[in-house]
Amino acid sequence: MAEVKSNKELFNVSVSPHIRSEESVSKIMWTVNLTLAPAALFGVYHFGLNALMIILLGIVSAVFFEWAVEIIRKKPITVKDGSAFLTGLLLAMCLPPTLPAWMAIVGSFIAIVVAKHAMGGIGSNIFNPAHIGRAALMVSWPVAMTTWSKMTTSVPDVVSSATPLNILKQQGYDALISTFGSASNMYQAMFLGNRSGSIGETCTVLLVLGGLFLIYKKYINWQVPVVMIGTVGILTWIFGPAGFLTGDPLFHMMAGGLIIGAFFMATDMVTIPITIKGQIIFAFGAGVLTTLIRLKGGYPEGVCYAILLMNCLTPLIDRFCQPKKFGVRG
Amino acid sequence: MMKSFRGGVHPNDRKSYTANKPIETAPLPNKAIIPVRQHIGAPCSPIVAKGDLVKKGQLIATTDAFVSGNVHASISGKVIDVGEYPHPGLGTCLAIVIENDGQDEWAEGIPLKRDWQSLDADSINKIIREAGIVGMGGATFPTHVKMTVPKEKTAEAFILNAAECEPYLTADHRLMLEESARIVTGVKIAMKALGVTKGYVGIEDNKPDAIEVMKKAFEGTGVEVMGLPTKYPQGAEKMLIKVITGKEVPSGGLPLDVGVVVQNVGTAVAISDAVTQGIPLIQRVTTISGKAIKEPKNILVRVGTTFREAIDFCGGFASTPEKILSGGPMMGMAEPHIDLPIIKGVSGILALAEGEANTGKQSPCIRCGRCINACPMGLNPSMFSLLGEKNLFEEAVEDFSLLDCVECGSCVYACPAKRNIVQYVKYSKAQNAAKKAAKK
Repeated sequence: MAEVKSNKELFNVSVSPHIRSEESVSKIMWTVNLTLAPAALFGVYHFGLNALMIILLGIVSAVFFEWAVEIIRKKPITVKDGSAFLTGLLLAMCLPPTLPAWMAIVGSFIAIVVAKHAMGGIGSNIFNPAHIGRAALMVSWPVAMTTWSKMTTSVPDVVSSATPLNILKQQGYDALISTFGSASNMYQAMFLGNRSGSIGETCTVLLVLGGLFLIYKKYINWQVPVVMIGTVGILTWIFGPAGFLTGDPLFHMMAGGLIIGAFFMATDMVTIPITIKGQIIFAFGAGVLTTLIRLKGGYPEGVCYAILLMNCLTPLIDRFCQPKKFGVRG
Repeated sequence: MMKSFRGGVHPNDRKSYTANKPIETAPLPNKAIIPVRQHIGAPCSPIVAKGDLVKKGQLIATTDAFVSGNVHASISGKVIDVGEYPHPGLGTCLAIVIENDGQDEWAEGIPLKRDWQSLDADSINKIIREAGIVGMGGATFPTHVKMTVPKEKTAEAFILNAAECEPYLTADHRLMLEESARIVTGVKIAMKALGVTKGYVGIEDNKPDAIEVMKKAFEGTGVEVMGLPTKYPQGAEKMLIKVITGKEVPSGGLPLDVGVVVQNVGTAVAISDAVTQGIPLIQRVTTISGKAIKEPKNILVRVGTTFREAIDFCGGFASTPEKILSGGPMMGMAEPHIDLPIIKGVSGILALAEGEANTGKQSPCIRCGRCINACPMGLNPSMFSLLGEKNLFEEAVEDFSLLDCVECGSCVYACPAKRNIVQYVKYSKAQNAAKKAAKK
């Protein structure tokens, strides 16, 4: 019998399984980036050069902060995995196009350094980093964060100077319709993105297409956007401006940051419950809170805070929504 | 379309290397290294000593313990050593080494001719026990123990596990194509021993030729041959039972809790050989495959032949392997070297080339939930890796049902962060058992 080989020639004995799927964290992150790109590019086309500056600064600074923190924390450098890129991009897409572009750097700092790495880095953060960045900018520069500009594309001035949700909050539903000319004009503008708002949130159709691709790739569960958007639609319809069942669900579902929030933020795997049952509860709660803030709160829009508030509840929801074990009745 | 089980994954089955290769008989080893433990349960004690002459099929190690499996000489020759030798599952183990005398002579009284139909359940089980038959799918649980129905339970159905859901492995597939008569006999004997009239054969539908052959072979026997959806781990006992009977084996329970006994294809062949011819378990069919093997084959090989000899019979290595596995790539064990004996439970020897074994670097869990979707047992595998990392074993057992994990590896396969969840599971289970033992 041959001798046992010397130690140098021994084989790798790592534990089973010995084959893995091709899926990887960076594949997921870059795919999400890619699906966001069309809506972001539309934002640049729609709002102009400053929007481009905000997106670029947001991404570059997020990636830089990730790299710097990982150097300081003596952690493996993971900037290539696309997750910091995604945080920077998502943050920028949720900022107003007229914001001084340097503020995006501050937002990225808060998102990456405070919300992500101070909480332990990728996988450990409780809150959606991009939304924390946006919320921090909101309390720091409230005026800059709520000033909306004219757009490069031609729309009536009134429409461009305030977001549709602003108009609704301050002047009511009839004023909203009249600024667009007609209800059908309004729906069309909301669907195609021809309205005021944050850089990446306006174009419903491109965001939905991107989201559908993520659903097709099984990177997100369809139940989350459907339940969150559906909840907002149903509740805003029930609690309409002229009493019960007089609301405009179609408008509310496409308005503000709901589409981007429901498809891309409420589906951020790190900060939402891990089981589908928990995710449905999460999405429902986010929908309820969004509606509550929009209809009763001081802000015209509530998606960002709704998702952040539900992020707090994620560990609790997880606790009560574990998967159903094989071989156990009931 | 058949109903499937929840969870599971779809790895590339890579069976085409050997699926069309008829079983070849490997040459006899010059020395057979035969460990006294090739099963789950009590080890056997050698009943031969250095210098003894033994014949093929002769009992060489045994025990009175019920949960154990007798060990027989696989070749005829002289016992040249009884000592510690490398073992594919245990690191090292007491083994009896027989030098081949080239005669390949049977021990007295083997083979014989026996009419199994006249035997009752007790005598069938006795024969199976004496023949040292263990589960040949890889688990190596003593077959006679599985076949002995406790008084408080009743067997209602027998299932032949012919799923062979592990990628690469084709030994059962080839057995079904080439040895259908012995399989049918083995199944009939098992059903008689269990006193059941309901029998099923579950085959993954990526083996349509085997399904066809088995359907023909079992015609008129009342045994139903079923094509099952190809999904790993279809061959896990609990999943197989669920898909075929619709029943879930309760958490912590055994198949008999739902009235079912499951045996693997290779085991059925061994039962047939033992009961009709008196031949103990001294050889098996195994698949030698992987990109690093020059000519992948299905071979009939004697127990105690080394991995090295089997690989040499397949032309040796085509490239330097990164990993050597005994068993399949999902649940098999990585071996440090190839100077190991093939034992009863080695369903395959795989030499995976660099890049073929995708190890990947572990990164933090991003809570994507893919492991939960993949888990056939309805568990939350992400928590096993997170808790294991922090040495929180009791939480893993009590809050997340660690002990229900069957270590099928579906979660790790699916994990984009390449987390070594099964490693944490094995580690946590061992630590937890040690803690429990220390408390007592």
